[in-house]
Amino acid sequence: MIEIKDLHKSYKMGSNSLHVLKGINFKVEEGELVAIMGSSGSGKSTLLNILGMLDELDQGTYTLDGVPIKNLSETKAAQYRNKFLGFIFQSFNLINYKSAAENVALPLYYQKVPRKERQEKALKYLERVGLKPWADHLPSELSGGQKQRVAIARAMAAEPKVLLADEPTGALDSKTSYEVMDLIQKINDDGNTILVVTHEEDIAHMCKRIVHLKDGIIVEDKKVEQVRAAQYV
Amino acid sequence: MFNRDSWKEIFETIQKNKLRTFLSGFTVALGILIFVVLYGFGNGLINTFNEFFEDDATNTFFVFPGRTSKPYKGYKSNRQIEFDNSDLADIEESFPLFVEYISPRVDRSGMVKYKNESNNYTTRGVSESYQFAEKTIIMKGRYLNQEDIENKVKYAVIGRLVEKDLFKNENAIGKYIDVTGSAFKVIGVFQDDAGDDEERRIYIPYTTRQLIEKNTDKINQIVIGFKPEIGYSGAMAFEKKLGDFLRDKKFIAPDDQRGFFIRNVADQLKQNQQFAGVLQIIVGFVAFGTIIAGIIGISNIMVFVVKERTKEIGIRKALGATPRSVIGTILLESVFITTVSGVVGMVIGVAMLSSLGDTLEDYFITNPFINTGTAVFATLVLIFFGGLAGYIPARRAARIKPIVALRDE
Repeated sequence: MIEIKDLHKSYKMGSNSLHVLKGINFKVEEGELVAIMGSSGSGKSTLLNILGMLDELDQGTYTLDGVPIKNLSETKAAQYRNKFLGFIFQSFNLINYKSAAENVALPLYYQKVPRKERQEKALKYLERVGLKPWADHLPSELSGGQKQRVAIARAMAAEPKVLLADEPTGALDSKTSYEVMDLIQKINDDGNTILVVTHEEDIAHMCKRIVHLKDGIIVEDKKVEQVRAAQYV
Repeated sequence: MFNRDSWKEIFETIQKNKLRTFLSGFTVALGILIFVVLYGFGNGLINTFNEFFEDDATNTFFVFPGRTSKPYKGYKSNRQIEFDNSDLADIEESFPLFVEYISPRVDRSGMVKYKNESNNYTTRGVSESYQFAEKTIIMKGRYLNQEDIENKVKYAVIGRLVEKDLFKNENAIGKYIDVTGSAFKVIGVFQDDAGDDEERRIYIPYTTRQLIEKNTDKINQIVIGFKPEIGYSGAMAFEKKLGDFLRDKKFIAPDDQRGFFIRNVADQLKQNQQFAGVLQIIVGFVAFGTIIAGIIGISNIMVFVVKERTKEIGIRKALGATPRSVIGTILLESVFITTVSGVVGMVIGVAMLSSLGDTLEDYFITNPFINTGTAVFATLVLIFFGGLAGYIPARRAARIKPIVALRDE
């Protein structure tokens, strides 16, 4: 599903250049649930941003579902993001003046899905994250956990190949975090490929594979026994 | 770009960001409103101006007698010059190419009576063509005619206010008024745009006036209407020739400027038109400034709006919004707001102007107006620049990497 070879990325900071990713080789198969771990500054968010086509790579190759991702125009990148990827952010990033259902329907709007179908799908995914009764509520009327579940529903609504979650539990207490992880595990159970960036050990162990990043290179890549989040809920 | 979904999206955004929408709309509406009102006031000023100067015919010379300042051909200086009937005939004969009409003017003021009412009025002895010089409008009856002049009849044409003062609600036509001891039959009532003073005048045949004054042939002033087709330069040439002719006839030294005076309305008209032109330029300048201020206002707000929405744009881009759709949405929204509020501002401005009417006449603003073309053009300019003002920051926002936009708090 995802294949990265010899990925380099550096940022210019004034006259200095900060080498963040120093040759990453990385492969993800369909249906995997991968945790990307590392301390802050290890490059894990940068890696996720490149995977999400939110940022560009300097060197190396990136293939997503057989499509090489290189030198994309803004328009093309937007289309690929819409088609291939669903994002879950630490700070939820819901549009604050749109209701839960409207937020979920937004990626479908950019897929030019007819209005009625959009609404139906949005409700379907809200139901899946258990928030159908909250469909007409604004983000400001929802709790943190609920917001993240709306964001997950939105990421899934476009039916992407890969879900990318950047610290999805970073802004939540542990109980809510487990609820969110439970949801992510269930989505993965349905066969979706999911990448989770986290620095929390317990969250990482709820995935099926952990990739450790340190100073811009992968220091460890291991399969783990998945801890089901449901037992903590 | 113009499908129902994008409109729905825009209406939702507008509805949910009422303050922002109100602010940008208000700026645009206010800009257009001020433009329309200012421009209308400018036109009102010009109207007032035209009313001041365009009451009388503009193709007219007024010739006043004076006193010579130099001795000439055996005549002493400081000699009073007088005009008489022969001068009228001579001028008409000598300048057939220039003269359209000629009329003397003999003013006397005195008590005018009708029954128990009396008042002091200026009675002006004129010929029938004086009507053109003064642009007198006959309300009822008729003006003096050539026959009246030849027969030296005691007919009078009175001003609207004379009738009102003396006759109250009675019809003056056919009645006799007493003008300093002579009975005159009222044959017409006139009005004049120049105001109350002019409408308190009485016109009688100058020949009748001369008859009353011991059958003299003296006249006070001469009013000459020249043919409009000779133009400004023709009028100036005519003025010079006429001066030379009269100086020669009255034995006045060729370089003596004080024997008589010619007031050339054409010359004044030209100056007045220049003044009106300057007024128009000032009005145009102020209007232009207002539009510029309006454009800057919208630009500011659009920059702010786009800045405020940077994060939202980042989210949308992460969800698959193309740069085109980002720009399209912002642009359509700004053009929509500017159009609606621009039209609202324009309509309010036009309504204000037309409701003002003549209420500001005391401030020299008469009947302020703006022609629809100018108002619509100004609105379109503002809409265009409002769109442009939205487009530039929107394009920049669409170019921002989503990761940068998402970081924006």
